[in-house]
Amino acid sequence: MDWAQLYAELTAQLQANVDLPFYQDFFVGFYRAFIDGARWKLYLSGVVTTLEVTILALLMGCILGVVVAVIRTAHDQQRPGRHNPVLAILSAICKVYTTVIRGTPMIVQMLIMGTVIFASSRNFTVIGTIALGINSGAYVAEIIRGGLMSLDPGQAEAGRSLGLNYFQTMRFIVIPQAFKAILPALGNEFITLFKDTALITVIGGKELLYAAQAVGAKTYSVMFPYIGVAVIYLVLVVIFTWLQGKLERRLRQSDRR
Amino acid sequence: MIDVKNLSKSFGDHLVLDDIDQHIYPGEKVVIIGPSGSGKSTFLRCLNLLETPSKGVITFDGAEITDPKADINRIRRQMGMVFQHFNLFPNMTIRKNITLAPVQTGLMKQAEADETAMALLQRVGLEEKANAYPSQLSGGQKQRIAIVRALAMKPKVMLFDEPTSALDPEMVGEVLDVMKQLAQEGMTMVVVTHEMGFAREVGDRVLFMADGKIVEENTPAEIFTNPQEERTQIFLSKVL
Repeated sequence: MDWAQLYAELTAQLQANVDLPFYQDFFVGFYRAFIDGARWKLYLSGVVTTLEVTILALLMGCILGVVVAVIRTAHDQQRPGRHNPVLAILSAICKVYTTVIRGTPMIVQMLIMGTVIFASSRNFTVIGTIALGINSGAYVAEIIRGGLMSLDPGQAEAGRSLGLNYFQTMRFIVIPQAFKAILPALGNEFITLFKDTALITVIGGKELLYAAQAVGAKTYSVMFPYIGVAVIYLVLVVIFTWLQGKLERRLRQSDRR
Repeated sequence: MIDVKNLSKSFGDHLVLDDIDQHIYPGEKVVIIGPSGSGKSTFLRCLNLLETPSKGVITFDGAEITDPKADINRIRRQMGMVFQHFNLFPNMTIRKNITLAPVQTGLMKQAEADETAMALLQRVGLEEKANAYPSQLSGGQKQRIAIVRALAMKPKVMLFDEPTSALDPEMVGEVLDVMKQLAQEGMTMVVVTHEMGFAREVGDRVLFMADGKIVEENTPAEIFTNPQEERTQIFLSKVL
């Protein structure tokens, strides 16, 4: 029997107030939320947008994070008696940035970005991505700073004592080793960011949760759309976690060379 | 070669080096001994500005290195340093560990640096380890590589900060042998160590430090057989 035909018949029965067995009820709800009117395309484009937003925001976060972390560590590791005033100002700005971003709820930042700072723009997905990127930058900065600080100071001393300058020491010795140490934390940040993309919906960005809300509004039934996107998020996070574990195992193997 | 005048260093309220005057001559092997916490390592680390002196002037080859405008990277290229914990770069092969600094500072091209590295590795008998990683080596091998890495920069003076203190006893000899060989070739060396045998055999001059001061200095023969100061006598009676 054709599914669409079955759906049409069952819907007609429901409208006539016939009490359907639960599996037929389930079928109608599922079909209406995901298949009728090719609605699965909405979810699919939602997933694509969500992934795009995550990757763009993470890229932004990493760039911001590296800049902030390098400025702050460079400031903290200056030789005593050689304080660079420009660096001091930059470092103070970075400190304010991380404090404000980490000290306020993500959803508040999102609302401020969407309805105060960029109130005149209609490009909600882009604004949401920027808000996420700025938020992520503060966390990534702390992750990187932790990685740079955790490295044995003897490594940098060895580099400097060989006559390499600060940036050569960072580039060849400190950063490659710190990167390996922070990779698990960066993976977690990616997963957090991926889930936080759902917050873009509050300012009207069109990602996965938005698709569920749109379908729910159209069909007057939110159970299947919401549980459906929850499952989609969960499956993707499980896949990312698995990939992350694989990557970490591989890195650990290279340690035992 | 290295001239130290009125050198003081304090960490917060704690005075670690107290007004030290010292001169190290070209080709001289100076061995610094003393109880832990006496400031030996800090003194050595001040010589290449890994620690910034609180007071005083250090001159190397006629250039004042404590001058804030001094190009510290250029100066450090001429002073090799060997650390207690080796501090090899674990993310690079042995060859890369040795050639990184000569190539990046523009001292040599990669090919020349590779040749130098192999020649130096041969000298310490570790040429087959060129493509190994530091984690595959024993402590003694690591320290010999660390010495070679410093030598690749063709330094004028070598600073050793307790180079054998982190080694298993059976590996101390192989490292000391490399250092003795280096001494015979006429390298200027400043060595902080607890190896009294090495001090006696190789040192031209022994400095005994305690409480941030150089309490006594003399030839090894004199200081070990006939120490003048009470602090030196107490210390030597404990370690010999």
